[in-house]
Amino acid sequence: MTDLTRLTLTEARDGLKAKTFSATELTKAHIAAVEKGRTLNAYVLETPDHALKQAAASDEKLAKGEAGPLEGLPLGIKDLFATQGVRTTACSKILGNFVPPYESTVTSQLWRDGAVMLGKLNNDEFAMGSSNETSAFGNVVNPWRRKGSNVGAGQGGAVEGNHLVPGGSSGGSASAVAADLCLAATATDTGGSIRQPAAFTGTVGIKPTYGRCSRWGTVAFASSLDQAGPIAKTVRDAAVMLRSMSGHDPKDTTSVDMAVPDYEAAVGRSVKGMKIGIPREYRLDGLNAEIDALWQQGIAWLKAAGAEIVEISLPHTKYALPAYYIVAPAEASSNLARYDGVRYGLREQGKDIVEMYEKTRAAGFGAEVKRRIMIGTYVLSAGYYDAYYLRAQKVRTLIKRDFETVYAQGMDAVLTPATPSAAFGIGEKGSADPVEMYLNDIFTVTVNMAGLPGIAVPAGLDGQGLPLGLQLIGRPFDEETLFSLGEVIEQAAGRFPVSERWWG
Amino acid sequence: MNAHARPADPKKLIKGATGDWEVVIGMEIHAQVTSNAKLFSGASTGFGAEPNEHVSLVDAAMPGMLPVINAECVRQAVRTGLGLNAQINNRSVFDRKNYFYPDLPQGYQISQYKSPIVGEGEIVVDLSPTEQITVGIERLHLEQDAGKSIHDQHPTMSFVDLNRSGVALMEIVSKPDLRSADEAKAYVSKLRTILRYLGTCDGDMEKGNLRADVNVSVRKPGDALGTRCEIKNVNSIRFIGQAVETEARRQIGIIEDGGTIDQETRLYDPGKGETRSMRSKEEAHDYRYFPDPDLLPLEFDDAFVESLKGALPELPDAKKARFIAEYGLSPYDASVLVAEREQADYFEQVAKGRDGKAAANWVINELFGRLNKEGQDVTTSPVSAAQLGGLVDLIGEGVISGKIAKDLFEILWTEGGDPREIVEARGMKQVTDTGAIEKAVDEIIAANPDKVEQVKAKPTMLGWFVGQAMKASGGKANPQALNEILKKKLGIE
Repeated sequence: MTDLTRLTLTEARDGLKAKTFSATELTKAHIAAVEKGRTLNAYVLETPDHALKQAAASDEKLAKGEAGPLEGLPLGIKDLFATQGVRTTACSKILGNFVPPYESTVTSQLWRDGAVMLGKLNNDEFAMGSSNETSAFGNVVNPWRRKGSNVGAGQGGAVEGNHLVPGGSSGGSASAVAADLCLAATATDTGGSIRQPAAFTGTVGIKPTYGRCSRWGTVAFASSLDQAGPIAKTVRDAAVMLRSMSGHDPKDTTSVDMAVPDYEAAVGRSVKGMKIGIPREYRLDGLNAEIDALWQQGIAWLKAAGAEIVEISLPHTKYALPAYYIVAPAEASSNLARYDGVRYGLREQGKDIVEMYEKTRAAGFGAEVKRRIMIGTYVLSAGYYDAYYLRAQKVRTLIKRDFETVYAQGMDAVLTPATPSAAFGIGEKGSADPVEMYLNDIFTVTVNMAGLPGIAVPAGLDGQGLPLGLQLIGRPFDEETLFSLGEVIEQAAGRFPVSERWWG
Repeated sequence: MNAHARPADPKKLIKGATGDWEVVIGMEIHAQVTSNAKLFSGASTGFGAEPNEHVSLVDAAMPGMLPVINAECVRQAVRTGLGLNAQINNRSVFDRKNYFYPDLPQGYQISQYKSPIVGEGEIVVDLSPTEQITVGIERLHLEQDAGKSIHDQHPTMSFVDLNRSGVALMEIVSKPDLRSADEAKAYVSKLRTILRYLGTCDGDMEKGNLRADVNVSVRKPGDALGTRCEIKNVNSIRFIGQAVETEARRQIGIIEDGGTIDQETRLYDPGKGETRSMRSKEEAHDYRYFPDPDLLPLEFDDAFVESLKGALPELPDAKKARFIAEYGLSPYDASVLVAEREQADYFEQVAKGRDGKAAANWVINELFGRLNKEGQDVTTSPVSAAQLGGLVDLIGEGVISGKIAKDLFEILWTEGGDPREIVEARGMKQVTDTGAIEKAVDEIIAANPDKVEQVKAKPTMLGWFVGQAMKASGGKANPQALNEILKKKLGIE
């Protein structure tokens, strides 16, 4: 039998339907891959028994012809999603061994549709990071290696040499999908946390429109920016995943009561006559020549598919990153106040309540989380609120208006690079200056600030043989157009599977 | 006239060593919204449950939990705003007020800061039958209550009860329009009456369902406002009065001794009869308010407000005016009756189709007097409105005298029963048989020739004869008939 983990999600779905293999066989193959892939540190918790139980139930349903859209398909779940009875930590020490007595809306919809959970995936602590290096469970390794790099797995599974980061914050999701440790994964995106790691690992990631997926039961980072979405092997797989993850939830009043379309039907739809905006402000000074070339290539592919290319202006783009790094920490500083040692998670004893708070939060939060709590507290403080938070919100309105203007001019989508570079080495960035790390989100944060959908699709390799992605930004709730356009790029560029499973 | 424009009233000034002082008071009332569920969760608001019995995942601020506004609380806030004759804001915003405390699970309270649901309004407060003031309402906003820390259960640990956590409160902020402890007390009483009429807050101060933060400052009449101190969480109307008096005198003392008032938050200790500092302005929290990104702005249309307006009950001011016009009551009696909706309803049942003044007399003087004495209220009255109405009927028909009616009331109170049947069965009917009365009068006149002489010179002596005759009839003689017979027989006009 072929290696079942090499299949895409939709191939596996079709295989199950055709009874070529069983859900249990498919799940067992993935459980084995997860074990072999421990070197990558993509999973922070493996749930093989849980997975096999779900797979057995799926096999029964498949036999009865009652299969759901994701029946029997093994997935990885980012550790930001609360999973009932299964430890959920947001990869922070402060949650300790927190086991939620509830299931997030997004994951409950996946189980409703028949999916199988292989385990919980690593991420930057509270989703704050762009390299998965801030996780309390240690960094995740990108299955991609630079051309000619001989780094590999040493004795006892230790990683040797200078490996690459998978991006973040959904680094575990991206790495696991790229390394075939699951068929697809859930992820979340606050400033680029789905699209940047997807671009770094040759996978497809979509952040849907704000309000498309319920945030209920997902550990909050920045409430007005957070959205769940999938990381998958193909555009079609991402479309199938998003359909199950989306939908209105009365428990999240920011979720939108709109019917969820059959996104898969949009894959392969003609893009002829669509107008694609190319924002001149994204052509940054000193833009990596390879990235620029990739962008031009993307333009050529879309043109060849019949789309019309229009140069556009999004004049407030340059303010997006600084404004983002005010709004997101401000909300985070408040969202993370609940981790106080009183009710759940870590508690360090103190002589009084204040000392208990201080010791607990000092021990429980990592350096990057502390930095953002301090930034957020500062920008909301009396006397600074107007200068920072209020102004950042005004910038946000202007960014939103930039997009509204180009969409009013008839654009169907906007094409940009997904990241300013390919994956970098572990420990290479941000240790001296956090802004160096923050710059990773330069092309993605605007999309969160405007609440729009954005998809990252792998489009080529750089000179070192590492994948690079392009980003398509859509109109609000028009994810379908992104899937149609994304598939055009995917068809033209081909897929980018990791060629050698060096890790085990 | 709006109170803040009122000239200082000499009667209300406080005498100090250096002259008279005017006290200026503004209030923030926290009123628990009457609703089955909390402001942002479905957990029950029931009182008296075991600790942490009414706590949802949202109330405990579990990771990933989100607030969902309870529409009933919104309706209640709008109804309250309408009852306060206030501006209703069709768009308001929930903000987060950030601070750490163990009984505040989220690490922030969801409140309304810059854009409250209700804006400016005013209420009329009766200070006496002849004195009314108008008190301005600054705003009303919705916010979450906190839980409760319990410090007396363990030698080294504190416990937290989250039953109250997330319960909806209305914070009603007055303008600094109050000028004495009595005015402050009257304002809270009136506000509580309005809330109870509306059914938007039960006003139970003992359970903490209505709490007051009292802002007090003093000044020489005509001066600009002085520096204020906020006395937190005063939980009875009596204590509000005491706290104002105590704090005003403390401030006057400091200023007259050459000191200045520090703006600070204070607590009133009823046991010691003093206020003491809780925290100074410098120690005040920086709450870092910002709009709660988990909640969309709260929006509704005029039709929603109109539908609530149309369904409001008659409020105390309107009821009072109607009682005066419809039943001919004095303003004082009308005020007493409308102070509680149940009292007013009781009165109306008694008064319907009867003499309103007589009904008011019996309700206020006999019934309320007795209820007060026994520590009961009209909702638990042993005498029903129908019974009291029957009693008033018997007096009106001349079947019983006022004196007998008091005996009847006593029987109704202790034994119950139908008034007419009791009067019949126990022979309490008034004697209007003039023959019987005449016979009794003749006997008294015959036996007391000296008194007959006296009454001719001094007609007020008639009372003595009435008393004697009444005694002889066992109190059942019809007083009117008796009077007429006596006058005729004694030959006085």
